[in-house]
Amino acid sequence: MEKEMMRVDGNAMGGTLDDVFAREATSVKMVCDGCGEVEPLGAEHAYMQAPGMVLRCRHCERVLLVVTAVNSYYLLSFRGVRWFELPRGG
Amino acid sequence: MARAAVRGRLNWMLGEVVELIDETPRVRSVVLDIPDWPGHLAGQHVDVRLTSEDGYQAQRSYSIASPPEEHRLQLTVERLPDGEVSSYLVGELRPGDTLELRGPIGGYFVWEARMGGPLLLVAGGSGIVPLMAMLRHRQASGAAVGARLVFSSRSWEEIIYRDELERLASGPDGPEVTHTLTRSQPPGWTGHAGRVDGAMLAEVGWPASDMPRAFVCGPTPFVEAVANALVLLGYTAPSVKTERFGPTGG
Repeated sequence: MEKEMMRVDGNAMGGTLDDVFAREATSVKMVCDGCGEVEPLGAEHAYMQAPGMVLRCRHCERVLLVVTAVNSYYLLSFRGVRWFELPRGG
Repeated sequence: MARAAVRGRLNWMLGEVVELIDETPRVRSVVLDIPDWPGHLAGQHVDVRLTSEDGYQAQRSYSIASPPEEHRLQLTVERLPDGEVSSYLVGELRPGDTLELRGPIGGYFVWEARMGGPLLLVAGGSGIVPLMAMLRHRQASGAAVGARLVFSSRSWEEIIYRDELERLASGPDGPEVTHTLTRSQPPGWTGHAGRVDGAMLAEVGWPASDMPRAFVCGPTPFVEAVANALVLLGYTAPSVKTERFGPTGG
């Protein structure tokens, strides 16, 4: 229950992920590798307690991605995302 | 070219505090002049970074309260118990001070007038902030979109933007505003006094058949209970957009 109270959503990762992707990230759609559900990143569950930020599928809670800021670089894992859908410019 | 790639897209910038507005005993709005502000959409937020003399940095996200039509940026901050950043912003900041921030951030929890409606906005406490940006944008743009706000606050005195909401609601084509006061009510109060639930949403919200766009913001338990209730009322999951502030609010 504690964990549920602390959870936020992908919006809270928006600043960090904009830095990582060099584009707005919360509207990017992702396909969960666990259950196959498709959601915008901003709607997924996010856990922001140190040391890293964890994004989990809102349907099955599988870890989608983990971002950790370490000194001068980011450590990223996209372990749970089968596909990202990124709108193209132009 | 290489320099831009290394610096990234969103850079930290400085804003000057030009005005401070006490909204409620715990909540203050900070109005900023930011020369390089690129513009924003209602619903987006900024990250604010404070650096102390010894180099310690603390960073928090705050929703933008001002609509895109306003050239000065407004943030509304609730002072949280033990909040190291919020205590500074609500208690210490003075006109003329500068704040380091980056933004605008977000593309999922946003509303532009051209997206249409009708709009159902459900706010718990300081969750009203991004929804107020949406209502201010709706007003400024003259959008012909119905809007209903359901707003949960602890007490009458703690309703953020109370007077402005009353002015907006009383205007022609203004939003319909329903308050619920969960901890204490003023004498003679005939309004709602409980948590926002399916029964209240069915009574004062849009029916699902109107295909409304819903935005729900506030503490995590509030947002999840409301979002679940809306889906049970027939709202499609993609039409209910959420922004959780965490256990107590943001």
